[in-house]
Amino acid sequence: MSNISQEISQEKSETVLSPSKSIKLRISRSNPEAGTEEKFDEFVIPVEKYTTVLDAILNVKSHLDHSVAVRYSCRQASCGSCGMKINGKPKLACFTKVSELDTDTITVEPMDNFPIVRDLAVNFTRMFNNHKKVMPYVVRDDSEITPGTGVKEILQTPEDVDKYIQFSSCIKCGLCNSACPTMAMDTSFVGPQALAQAYRYIADTRDKGKNNRLKIIDESHGIWRCHFAGSCSQVCPKGVDPAMGIQLLRSYLLGLRD
Amino acid sequence: MEKENKAKEGIKGWINPTKYGKFGIERFAWILMRITGLGLLAYFIGHIYETSHILDGKAVWNASLELTQTTEGHIFLALVIGMCVFHTGNGIRLMLGQMGYGLGKPGRPDYPYKPQSLNMKGKACIYATIGLAALAMWYGMAVMFG
Ligand code: HEM
Ligand code: SF4
Ligand code: FES
Repeated sequence: MSNISQEISQEKSETVLSPSKSIKLRISRSNPEAGTEEKFDEFVIPVEKYTTVLDAILNVKSHLDHSVAVRYSCRQASCGSCGMKINGKPKLACFTKVSELDTDTITVEPMDNFPIVRDLAVNFTRMFNNHKKVMPYVVRDDSEITPGTGVKEILQTPEDVDKYIQFSSCIKCGLCNSACPTMAMDTSFVGPQALAQAYRYIADTRDKGKNNRLKIIDESHGIWRCHFAGSCSQVCPKGVDPAMGIQLLRSYLLGLRD
Repeated sequence: MEKENKAKEGIKGWINPTKYGKFGIERFAWILMRITGLGLLAYFIGHIYETSHILDGKAVWNASLELTQTTEGHIFLALVIGMCVFHTGNGIRLMLGQMGYGLGKPGRPDYPYKPQSLNMKGKACIYATIGLAALAMWYGMAVMFG
């Protein structure tokens, strides 16, 4: 048993792991449907060593102001619901510890480039539509669920899997789209989230939808709007590296690989 | 709802200086590429206009050449040199990246997930290009003021 797990096993339930301190949490409040302008509400709340920003917001909801609107579900960086701007940078609230921000004042705002529903909750319709547009599924006629084709299982080597597995980690949190400078100006841009998914399926050896997908993204608000500013990859919490996927997609379209 | 679905950050997303600390040197290179591209375009148009004075006779031509023979003119030309060098160097980096070179290979990244496409090679390229542009400006100034 390692030292750390020994230490943990010896801890008694009343052991104080981290003395709590207080921080100021500034929450952006707005309700576009009711026509209210954005304002910031400030709350002083106790935090401990492992308090996440989402915990802090939920603390406000439980004890100080239950009307704060925030979307969350898994609390473990898996569902992609809790993306927001934390001190100006798009992050997952459940995956960001207060302690790592190294400041006593934390400002949370809704993600840029998404319509605001209320407070911290944004509308994902546009991103999901773009996601669907690139056919985010393996395209082929024969499969184990198509009767009569005789296909049981389509095998892949570990090397085949390496080609796309990183891009399949996407949790559709939208942080990349909110960081993208092209998204900031062009509301029709298909966006790094959908482009990375186009690459994910094209790079999959089981897939036969490459030509269709390339046609879909090769349009005026498609892949060529990317300027490789890299902000999508900078903020992605799952290591997807959309910027890499997009440039690799380009090399297909430029005829540099097939 | 339709209008709302058009939500975007707008020009703030480009000019807000706090972005550049948060999104890394690649984002800074992106805005610099844009500014230098537009600057060079403006210079290009001005340059065609200036050289078109050759049709208006020797006196007008010489007078227009004098425009840049001032301290402000020298500083302006030094800026053009810097813009040229950065735009060209960074343009070559971008073209290589956008053709799929130097991005690393897709794999199985582990936390804390350093994006491979924003690797040290690319960052070094950006710093080197900025350094080269500064060097070229310094040399240009030395020649013009020397
Ligand atoms: C050898 C010289 C040059 C190279 C290698 C080069 C390369 C590039 C590249 C790769 C881009 C696209 C950047 C992106 O994807 O964001 C670009 C953009 C641009 N370039 Fe150049 N360029 C050169 C010279 C020039 C000159 C002489 C001008 C002006 C007359 C110019 C004006 C522009 C403009 C206006 C843009 C658009 C900027 C943007 O969209 O952000 N470039 N250049
Ligand atoms: S690519 Fe990354 S940042 Fe973009 S939606 Fe997927 S997980 Fe979120
Ligand atoms: S709550 Fe699911 S990703 Fe944060």
